[in-house]
Amino acid sequence: MCETCGCGDPTLVPVELKEKILAGNERAARHNREHFVAAGVLAVNVMGSPGSGKTALLEASARAATARGWRLGAVSADLATDRDARRLQAAGIPSRAITTGQACHLDAEMVHRSLHDFPWRETDVFFIENVGNLVCPAIYDLGQAASVVVLSVTEGEDKPLKYPVMFKAVDLVLIAKCDLVPHLDVNLAAIHDALSRVMPSPRAIEISARTGQGIEAWMSWLAEQRAPLAEAPRNHAAHAHRHG
Amino acid sequence: MHEFSLVQSLLSRVGDEARRRSALAVHSISLRVGELSGVDPDLLAGAFEMAREGTVCARATLRMNRVPALWSCPRCKKAFAPGEVLHCASCDAPAELSEGADALTLESLEMEVP
Repeated sequence: MCETCGCGDPTLVPVELKEKILAGNERAARHNREHFVAAGVLAVNVMGSPGSGKTALLEASARAATARGWRLGAVSADLATDRDARRLQAAGIPSRAITTGQACHLDAEMVHRSLHDFPWRETDVFFIENVGNLVCPAIYDLGQAASVVVLSVTEGEDKPLKYPVMFKAVDLVLIAKCDLVPHLDVNLAAIHDALSRVMPSPRAIEISARTGQGIEAWMSWLAEQRAPLAEAPRNHAAHAHRHG
Repeated sequence: MHEFSLVQSLLSRVGDEARRRSALAVHSISLRVGELSGVDPDLLAGAFEMAREGTVCARATLRMNRVPALWSCPRCKKAFAPGEVLHCASCDAPAELSEGADALTLESLEMEVP
């Protein structure tokens, strides 16, 4: 007799699944990743709080990246506006906005759709600027080669301890707005210490979009990430599989 | 608050499984929720309450088994206390996270078939 709903004489069947609830997103992310790798494009997922300075850092990166001969591109996610994408465009980074409405994060499918009408194959470094949020974007793989979180010095030294899921998930932390340090009661060593308690292999660059501090170190880090891609032969052929 | 979109993925996956087996109802859903999965179990339960109405899961029980985040050294197996620096000084090795601690897994279902 069924105890849940008193339905009489049902046969209860147990079903073992043992699969990730985000398996669908992971499939879509794999698909994006295959495209990026085949085209030799370094895709970077840029995350961080609202106002941490993600867009400003990308603007400041444009000239340094262009000096290295890289062609840049970006999609920029925002709940309601295309302001960030327009800023990046004005800074010389061909960009497209993804307006997410109420969604607090990008998922792999949204990124995939945004790629369909954007010449991302003609780029060397492709930034995916996520929705400003330190929680939700952390768990959605977009198919990027590397993930970065922008943490500004005004946010508090203990931010990494409060958002361990995000910091654990990224390859690099850009400690931003470092030009403000002399005006704040912030201890950079305390930020590095907090990172070492949530990231097993912490990597961080102190950076400022205003003064240019750290921009070259950030470019070198990107170059390091590009190295395995640059060795692979580029394949610009149209892909043979179908899109759902 | 991404728990609602996670519940949508969950309901759609369970719905597929129920249709495939011509199930009349789903009685229980068991999940494993890692401490570092980025999912709040209470928010997930709340989102499930709201979203399940009118679906094959309308009367299903949601069971959540929490998986703690345990860090240890991959070489000497030393366990790290919560909040400790995640690097083993004696082995010069980064700590490793216990299995399942960063995942949200659909473990099993119980469904009623005719």
